[in-house]
Amino acid sequence: MDENRAQGRSVSPRLWLAGGWLLLALLAAIFAPLVAPQDPLAQDLMLERLPPFWIDGAEPGYWLGTDSLGRDLLSRLIFGGRIAFIVAFAAAFAACLVGSTLGLVAGYFGGWADRIISRIVDVWMAFPPVLFAILLVAVLGTGLSSVILAIAIIDWTRFCRVIRAETMGQSRMDYVENARIAGYGRIGIMLREVLPNVVPSIVALLSLEMGIAVIVEAILSFVNLSISTDDPTWGGIIAEGRLSIHQAWWVLVFPLITLIVTVLSFSQFGEALKTRFDPVLR
Amino acid sequence: MLLQRFMIRLLTMLITLFGVAVVVFVVIRVAPGDPIAMMLPPGATDADIDRLRALYGLDKTIVQQFFIWLSGVVRGDFGTSISLRQDVLGLVFNRLPATLELAIVALVMAVTIGGTTAVIGARERGTAVEAGIDIASGAALSIPDFLWGLVLILLFGVLVPIFDISGRVSPQLDLPFVTQFYLFESLLRLRLDLTWDLLKHMLMPAVALALPLAAIISQLLKQSLKEVLDLDYVVLARVKGFSETQVILREALKNAALPTLTLVGVQFTFLIGGTVIVERLFSYEGLGNMAIDAVINRDLPLIQGIVLVFALLFVLINLTVDMMYALLNPRLRHG
Repeated sequence: MDENRAQGRSVSPRLWLAGGWLLLALLAAIFAPLVAPQDPLAQDLMLERLPPFWIDGAEPGYWLGTDSLGRDLLSRLIFGGRIAFIVAFAAAFAACLVGSTLGLVAGYFGGWADRIISRIVDVWMAFPPVLFAILLVAVLGTGLSSVILAIAIIDWTRFCRVIRAETMGQSRMDYVENARIAGYGRIGIMLREVLPNVVPSIVALLSLEMGIAVIVEAILSFVNLSISTDDPTWGGIIAEGRLSIHQAWWVLVFPLITLIVTVLSFSQFGEALKTRFDPVLR
Repeated sequence: MLLQRFMIRLLTMLITLFGVAVVVFVVIRVAPGDPIAMMLPPGATDADIDRLRALYGLDKTIVQQFFIWLSGVVRGDFGTSISLRQDVLGLVFNRLPATLELAIVALVMAVTIGGTTAVIGARERGTAVEAGIDIASGAALSIPDFLWGLVLILLFGVLVPIFDISGRVSPQLDLPFVTQFYLFESLLRLRLDLTWDLLKHMLMPAVALALPLAAIISQLLKQSLKEVLDLDYVVLARVKGFSETQVILREALKNAALPTLTLVGVQFTFLIGGTVIVERLFSYEGLGNMAIDAVINRDLPLIQGIVLVFALLFVLINLTVDMMYALLNPRLRHG
């Protein structure tokens, strides 16, 4: 393959910026107790609604200001990243595993398997996803595993639809026919020949889905249906910010910027990875 | 041909709806909390509990409960809301118009913004203008409606407070309406003062819902316009002396719009799904906002009713789009 072009794409600023932010946010989340300047739960009514550092009245050590209970915003954002990334990775991988498997089976085997799986996808598509998520968490009970499970239960169809279509396209190609003539079994062909060719799409979708999972978790904690209310979450901070928007705009602005940059990074990262791995585009 | 296609789609739609009913029912009956226990005052006797269970049909087997409920739904009986103690169908129909108005205003915005930028982008193809449109639509698409809503609250509710960011209509106003379609009725009654007040409340949530869809329409329509613009009949129109804008609007648009139409149908259901959280964000009194309250209150009959109405809406939209596509596509029409 054309090494230079592949190299040129891999160092695109898009990939570096997106990957850089995600790595930074992930490391901050992992090492939160070391990185966070304050205890994210410590309340101090003497320090309530401190502005960010460049505005008069800011206190040193509270870089992004404090919320209405005097809790440090930066530390809460860093600790909130823990929940966001755990949900992003766990929910996206679970949705990917279920959805890609079913998509591969439906696309490759066709017939009844395809008809049944496609009908289930149709049923799933008839639900408003946010409402479905809220309903599932209400039923499963709030908590980290419920949030992860709910997102996986809802979003596997995203993988299933795309991978099914891609697998159908691949299955009609000559190399699949050649493998069959060469005497390989159907499951062997599916896993060894077709799967590697749909992996770029799976990787791109996986990255995109992590961004979606972060948003869904934020929405769930915004309506107070995510994990326990004590731990800081990005959506929970946004809900506080929405309430005190006229007194302390920074409590809404900083988590919002964090969420937007994270979601954009996940989608850009996925796009860039797809371009990098795609044998045709490369 | 068309009728046959319609019948097949109708049948699939019914199967899908049955599947939806089963899923909702299964999900809700898995719920560990006992809704009856929450309704009773402290000190209620076992007899009271049994009477209530029988009243809501909770003493029968799961399969019996499902078919009792389903036969009710088919007859238009969605049961009684546990938290609001009112007929579910009445509650849903009371709120549905607010959500539909919001979704339709958002759809009109999305088509207008997306269509305009697509035409401009196709006319200015290869220039910095097209690149700018691509970047803007890329950003609009990657950021979901929930975050757009928050951005808009900050920009036009706090920084430059020109729009209302809470509620559907100013509470001090006297409303003469007989239907729940406030916006449409205010237009029909020529009460433009009320129309303006309603629009001021509706604009921000509608923009938040419209932006991602506008971006998709813009990208897809621009792409198909650019493909059509290279075809012979368009080149001929250009040779005849039509300006590029005229060529696009008169010749290219109607052929390029067809692939976009199918996509808009599916995406419109996503937009309606987005109303759930966007209504919550803007305290807009629609169906989605009520749904979140219903979930928080563990109001099973109300949740069932709302989800089923949403699902019915979704499959009806898909059916309509499918039929429109079949009617407009010459290959299917004469097939």
